[in-house]
Amino acid sequence: MPPRVPNRAAIKAKYHGQKITFVGDSVGNGHVRDLALAKRFTKDTGIKVTVVPHPAASDQSYAQLARAFSSKSSSIDVAMIDVVWPGAFAPYLVNLKPKLAKQAKLHLASIVANDTIGGKLVAMPWFGDYGILYYRTDLLKKYGYTAPPKTWTQLFQMAKKIQDGEKKSNSNFAGFVFQGNAYEGLTCDALEWIASAGGGHYIDGGKVTIDNAKARTILDAFRTQIGKITPQGVTTYQEDQTEHAFDNGDAAFARNWPYQYGIGAGAGSKVAGKFGVTVLPHGAAGGSVGTVGGWQLAVSKFSKHKNAAIEFVRYMTSPGVEKFDAISNSNVPTIVSVAKNKAVVKTNPYLKPAIASVPRVTRPAKFLGTHYNEASKVIYQGVNQILTGTPASRVLPQIKSRLQQILNSK
Amino acid sequence: MSSVATPAPIPPRGRRTKLQRRQTRLGWLLLLPALAVVAFVAIYPLGKTVYQSFTNQEFLAGLTPTKWVGLHNYHALFHDTIFRDAIVLTLKFTAITVGFEFVLGLIIALVVNSSFKGRGLMRAVMLVPWAIPTVVAAKMWQWMLDDTYGVVNDLGTRIHFTLFGWHFHLLSHSHAWIADPSTQLASVSAVDIWKTTPFVALLLLAGLQVIPNDLYEAASVDGASKLQQFWRITLPLLRPAILVTLIFRTLDALRVFDVFSVFFGNRLGAQSMAVYDQGAIVQDGHVGYGAAVSVAIFLIISLFVVMYVTFVRVSEQ
Repeated sequence: MPPRVPNRAAIKAKYHGQKITFVGDSVGNGHVRDLALAKRFTKDTGIKVTVVPHPAASDQSYAQLARAFSSKSSSIDVAMIDVVWPGAFAPYLVNLKPKLAKQAKLHLASIVANDTIGGKLVAMPWFGDYGILYYRTDLLKKYGYTAPPKTWTQLFQMAKKIQDGEKKSNSNFAGFVFQGNAYEGLTCDALEWIASAGGGHYIDGGKVTIDNAKARTILDAFRTQIGKITPQGVTTYQEDQTEHAFDNGDAAFARNWPYQYGIGAGAGSKVAGKFGVTVLPHGAAGGSVGTVGGWQLAVSKFSKHKNAAIEFVRYMTSPGVEKFDAISNSNVPTIVSVAKNKAVVKTNPYLKPAIASVPRVTRPAKFLGTHYNEASKVIYQGVNQILTGTPASRVLPQIKSRLQQILNSK
Repeated sequence: MSSVATPAPIPPRGRRTKLQRRQTRLGWLLLLPALAVVAFVAIYPLGKTVYQSFTNQEFLAGLTPTKWVGLHNYHALFHDTIFRDAIVLTLKFTAITVGFEFVLGLIIALVVNSSFKGRGLMRAVMLVPWAIPTVVAAKMWQWMLDDTYGVVNDLGTRIHFTLFGWHFHLLSHSHAWIADPSTQLASVSAVDIWKTTPFVALLLLAGLQVIPNDLYEAASVDGASKLQQFWRITLPLLRPAILVTLIFRTLDALRVFDVFSVFFGNRLGAQSMAVYDQGAIVQDGHVGYGAAVSVAIFLIISLFVVMYVTFVRVSEQ
């Protein structure tokens, strides 16, 4: 059950009867959760909330918001925005500092800093994200493995052996699934591969670093595994396809965000009780990392009911809601005390220090500002081209020169 | 016209031109609302797009001031290899789909034009694919062509037959039709052909129905075979309908967006011209550059219109 709105009487007295529109989640159970929370909020405050799910590919969802903001549309009051967008959207968002500064102090300082642009708090942290490895405990045991893979090479070998065995009884079975489609998710996945092999973070210190030997090696290693230990169609997979394949019992390993944990452990999953999570493997010359993801809530400057919208954001980013969301949807809390809560850690094992303390890598948004989306497109298009068969040595120089062009045009 | 029945006295020159002028003025007045609408919905946006193509306008306005940049966008466009790939891919897609749709559509039109039991039902049923929204159809086919869970691979690998002692499977193993670059064009074309062939058949059927039956009767009396009747009567008389159909379909195929967008998203080497343009404007936020792309697409499509119209003129003479 969603928690009640803490200061409901005061909000109801002031803003009762106002209508706001919230552009929210669409991945996993996100939309169902949003509807439940909005219903609770409406019941308690009399503010009507219309929940509109955003496009599942986050670059499409960026385009949707950009369109609304650039046309000064009042059709959106509250929007969920990706961790890489505050810089681009800041001019169109309400400064939440005057009203929510106190609540912001409860959240992880690094994310609050990410959401503060030019001294203005343009968004409130809602839930965090980092890439983790899901693995089938039962299958590891069946094929004689005592621990999940430490390196990508180990993962490839284990996935091959398990797939060869399982394919005899399940022709849909694949060793490993991840987000290989040409969209924002692939920029996140490939960052983990490259950074965990010591190949940098696409752009480091303002310089394009993607075209290096370590990046080439790890990307080519993934290229040669497509169709061998993955479905051939993994180059069209987003989060939902990854989750479906793993939770349908058709994969030994999966890379995904923490939200998949709750669905996999829930009713309707074929792998409940048969899987575990751990840090992602790493390359020959590096350590495990996880790409920083996560979502913030922001209020549009063109909203006609800014105060009611801010109250909705206050509720949605409150400790009560974050705890509810963590336990019922396995999303990563951004409030420190909630992330350490025993009940929360129990349902979300990826919050255990051994996994949660893995080094986080960030996409190069700070070097790119409003050009981030364009640059990310260059990266994921290039990596997708590698995965569908073009050697990295031919693609990386092109990515490099296009990224350089974008940096120069700033 | 008025002089047909009784020759009217020729009015003095001045009065006649006055009347003519008044009529011309009335004519323009009556045309005005239509012209205003055309100017508002076609000329204004087109003009604005052309204007924008000479600027550096960005999608998120107010971040960078919009400046006049002259031919800069067109210069960049000329060296844009990704757009060049998109043009080539779209032309290939157009040739494949229009070709198949025309041949299949003609066959279907000939079949449902002949009289048989249940013809009315057949004509209605054949329109079902055309009635499904393209995005829905594309999503449906995306599932059907999926390499793991798709029905196409499932049936293909199950159906097998023996021919001259050799054992054949329709498909030896599951194939990722959409993910594999070598089959991406075939898969996206298949959806368009499936969906649009009924439309082509419908247009051609309308053309077939206006051909008078007595021509065929006379030809039969003269001893012409069915094949001769087809080549000598059906095809020549169907020419206007064929041209209209080809123009419609070519222009439609050249600005294809939805199937490509659903199937491939932003995959490199799998973008139609319209998908590339949408990405440039909405995702990259380069309105100015995207406008230049739009103008280029407009010119390419115009080229086809001019080609067709010239062809029609020449063939009419």
